Amino acid sequence: MTRTIGLDVDGEAVRIEIDVRTTLLDALRERLGHTAPKKGCDHGQCGSCTVILDGRRHLTCLSLAVAHDGATVTTSRGLAALDEAPDAGPPADTAEPSSPSLPGADPADLPLHRVQQAFLDHDGLQCGYCTPGQVCSAVGALAELAAGQPSHVTDDLSGRPELSDAEIRERMSGNLCRCGAYAGIVAAVRQAAGS
Amino acid sequence: MTPFTYTRAHDPASAVAAVAGRPDAVFLAGGSNLVDHLKLGVATPGEVVDVTGLALTGIEDGSDGGLRIGAGVRNSDPAADARVRERYPVLARALLAGASPQIRHQASTAGNLLQRTRCVYFQDTTTPCNKREPGSGCSAIGGYERYAAILGASPACVATHPSDLAVALRVLDASVVVLGPDGERRLPFGELHRLPGDDPSRDTTLAHGELVTAVELPAPPPGARSTYVKVRDRASYAFALVSVAALLVPSDAGDPRDAAQVRLAFGGVAHVPWRATRAEEALTGVRLTDEAIDAAVELELEAATTSEGTAYKRAMLRGTVRAALRELSTGERTLR
Repeated sequence: MTRTIGLDVDGEAVRIEIDVRTTLLDALRERLGHTAPKKGCDHGQCGSCTVILDGRRHLTCLSLAVAHDGATVTTSRGLAALDEAPDAGPPADTAEPSSPSLPGADPADLPLHRVQQAFLDHDGLQCGYCTPGQVCSAVGALAELAAGQPSHVTDDLSGRPELSDAEIRERMSGNLCRCGAYAGIVAAVRQAAGS
Repeated sequence: MTPFTYTRAHDPASAVAAVAGRPDAVFLAGGSNLVDHLKLGVATPGEVVDVTGLALTGIEDGSDGGLRIGAGVRNSDPAADARVRERYPVLARALLAGASPQIRHQASTAGNLLQRTRCVYFQDTTTPCNKREPGSGCSAIGGYERYAAILGASPACVATHPSDLAVALRVLDASVVVLGPDGERRLPFGELHRLPGDDPSRDTTLAHGELVTAVELPAPPPGARSTYVKVRDRASYAFALVSVAALLVPSDAGDPRDAAQVRLAFGGVAHVPWRATRAEEALTGVRLTDEAIDAAVELELEAATTSEGTAYKRAMLRGTVRAALRELSTGERTLR
């Protein structure tokens, strides 16, 4: 059985006909060429396929695309558009103008979200395979923290949680890094939270 | 994934009719468990009825001082809700101890309660499993038993229920609102899940096509404190080895360890969220010393059967109940 669905991916409206068994991850990667979200475990255990889906961080491997007709998806490639104070990116006199259609653009021309810059500043990666999911997850985590949402390690449920390394580790626990870059990831999230 | 047809339901009654009318139809909510089972071949439905478009997403105050949580509410929402955090800390803590932030944004209230066991053999279609394939045998007995049940298990199945939320709802005396082809009914939360007996293929007492539409919480007892303590193989993003939901009403006496009421439910030990009624009785009107708590847990575990793989759960449960009740009586949080 096939269905035609519409998605907004990184600011671009698209329509595709899909087999209803297609996951959102496969629709993004295999049908739309959005390879920023990665297929790690494909069973909801690693977080590498994380995107921002209708405003919340979300796994795409455990989602049927057909169930998200009309959704707005932001992958790590389009994250800068969500930044309240986006990094200016490369200096204007040396950078090529970035293409409005993201899949065709040179990644080096894309502006960085402050979370992405923080991952670079703190070596929050080694091989980089989990990084697109990590940065999307971190953006979601910081929004949840800013909204005062508690976590498993928050001692006082009645108050606003305070930023601490323990809070960052717990809030980022849905994203595994086989290289073990966790120390850099915690430092990066701490920097992004403070900026 | 085997082929299926997909329907998006627009009202609860038509969703119920669509699934009730087809033995191989299933409801799809957040999908965090079902989509995995579609990939693994554990679930092979002919029709998938998507219920995420139904208006079941509210958290509303009940007339009796309680709270009604819609079946489609995402797990992250009650955990962040100020009313839940203030009146039902055990519920917020149980939700926050489950899965990962991404999955909590995806998983629904009802889907959490109806998720299937994570027994490795249930999820591996190359091995015998009475829950997945009735009559094929149980591979867990004598196999990998670290997550197996010690209470209420049967020779047919030693699977445990994986939900943290369910353990909290069990101690809160919640109700489940269910819509079926013949209309709506309410059942006490303790009647939703069932022990495996000789038919472990059925996790709940619901009939095929019945749709959970809401969970209702009564007002907590005046002065009640509650919490959830979960022990895992890693600090986060793992299922419970054992977990304890506890509710305590302090007595008017001076010593904080004297309680007017104690309620306990255990996770990770049975096919159902296990309400520890014998332990509760033993702790009523008793000072909550470590010795009294250990004796009460041992009384609850008189009917327990452990194996080499699950023997650790006895001592772990004693320690976890101690930690939960110490947190509620003295405010000292020793285990997260």
